[in-house]
Amino acid sequence: MLLDAKKNVRKKKVKKILRNWELYLFLLPTLAYFIIFHYIPMYGVQIAFKDFVPSNGIWGSEWVGFKHFTHFFESYYFWDLIKNTLGISTYELLVGFPLPIILALAINEAKDGLFKRSVQTITYAPHFISVVVMAGMIIAFLSPATGVINHLIVALGFEPIPFMSDPAWFKSVYVFSGVWQGTGWGTIIYLAALAGVDQQQHEAAIVDGASRLQRIWHINIPSLVPTMIILLILNVGSILSVSFEKILLLQNPLNMDSSNVIATFVYKAGLLDAQYSFAAAVGLFNSVISAILLVVVNQIAKKKSETSLW
Amino acid sequence: MNSAINETKTDKIFKVFNYTFLLLAMVIVLYPLIYIISASVSDPSAVNSGEMWLFPKGFTLEGYELIFQNDLIWKGYLNTIFYTVLGTSINLLFTLPAAYALSRKDLVGRNIFMGIFVFTMFFGGGLVPSYLLIKSLGLIDTIWAMVLPNAVAVWNLIVARVFFQVTIPKELEEAAEIDGCTNMKLFVKVILPLSTPIIAVMALFYGVGHWNGYFNAMIYLSSKELYPLQLVLREILVLQSMTSDMAGGAISGSVAEAQNSKEELAQIIKYGVMIVSTLPIIIVYPFLQRYFVKGVMIGSVKG
Repeated sequence: MLLDAKKNVRKKKVKKILRNWELYLFLLPTLAYFIIFHYIPMYGVQIAFKDFVPSNGIWGSEWVGFKHFTHFFESYYFWDLIKNTLGISTYELLVGFPLPIILALAINEAKDGLFKRSVQTITYAPHFISVVVMAGMIIAFLSPATGVINHLIVALGFEPIPFMSDPAWFKSVYVFSGVWQGTGWGTIIYLAALAGVDQQQHEAAIVDGASRLQRIWHINIPSLVPTMIILLILNVGSILSVSFEKILLLQNPLNMDSSNVIATFVYKAGLLDAQYSFAAAVGLFNSVISAILLVVVNQIAKKKSETSLW
Repeated sequence: MNSAINETKTDKIFKVFNYTFLLLAMVIVLYPLIYIISASVSDPSAVNSGEMWLFPKGFTLEGYELIFQNDLIWKGYLNTIFYTVLGTSINLLFTLPAAYALSRKDLVGRNIFMGIFVFTMFFGGGLVPSYLLIKSLGLIDTIWAMVLPNAVAVWNLIVARVFFQVTIPKELEEAAEIDGCTNMKLFVKVILPLSTPIIAVMALFYGVGHWNGYFNAMIYLSSKELYPLQLVLREILVLQSMTSDMAGGAISGSVAEAQNSKEELAQIIKYGVMIVSTLPIIIVYPFLQRYFVKGVMIGSVKG
């Protein structure tokens, strides 16, 4: 009987699959894409444990165990890279994470339609500026001799600051230019969550004599918590993979002390110096730590708040 | 809900603060944008010396004239248009059908497929193995290196899937099935016409990505004829100013002279190229805005 039932379920499944064969056709190109462009590189990551010689291919090269990893851990720049990577991304997280929430709460309180829409349209706009143009803007605006920001600093009676060639300034330049570009866009997701807040709660609170601030604190912010947690988990998971395209563009020999991060290091070692195996090892170290961080934070979030990615 | 009647004093103070804050946010975002526009039509020496603060000073279109005479910029522009159109078409062709299939509850194994796709968001082979793959596929220095490695973005796939799940009524699919309509016909004749918002959103997101991308071009392309605009811009905006900041007076003779004339050129056109390269996005943006907010919201709330 049980067997029969099982057989029946399976038959039904096969029938379902056959009936929807076209849907599998829809999926096929995408599946092929992911296998070729994402899973084959995962297979290729084994060169981190080999001495990769292009003419021998990935499979034919010789295994060397953890040689490249120990080489990396023992190198003098190892701690600098870790310090810079973690420094920039935690800085970015601390400054960049709360701001979209605050801006979204503020926009949500602006009931006036036209004003509200103007704020949104204008603050979203920088998101669409390319990273190259952004880097160009940063370099132009911050130039000690010709940049508008230094003109302002001089007009206020201070000495001009060589932002781009002083390592002490690099992290702040990176983080605050990111804030300028991303805060507005970052509000979208929170505004969506706020739009879902039950209006009856607000009405009840008004009847109870709650002020606007009290209502924000006790109704709006709690309703954002699940979204905040999800985004926080995702951010922590990518803490080691700071958006290095911008860093690469802003980097120069003078600010290298604070701008050299793991990702730019992998780019230089792997693609410019062709140390394939070594760079792959550094990259793998980076992804593994990120993946572990993601799992740990997700686990903590799950325990503390019952919101999690999976 | 009209709460103007029982607005208390603290609420009024709060309102004033709130509007001031939002106004300030707008000014902070707008100022650099206006500055670039003004600087692009101003006398470069007025810009560099700090005489120009907000409105153009010593109006001139010389920068734009130079930009339009520059072959590299033109070529880069055309290449970028080509990559954007081809790349976005591939993106849509891959993303929309797959997202629709995944949105169907009666698709056996949808969670397995989803798992395979989502896993790549959290773990990947990294830069070097990816580069070696592109190399062994023979895609280096071809247009395909610009469009194939990013054929599908998992995030967009999820957003589109959620859109189909939320907006397409199940009854439609059932009715079509009873009428003997195939899935292919259903998708092309019924689903797609109902999905303009998500198609617009996807086209905008992917299109902006192609338009603004420089990294793939930098690592996979070597011939200048294939360079997209962003890579040309990188030379004008980033590399030029770096050498000027770095080298100082160390270079001598003809090298310095060549460098200097290039630098001067870069000084005059740098704000102009920022505008010219962003112009298409600025033009499309208002038309698509109502769509993308909707699309992102659907994707994020219920995702």
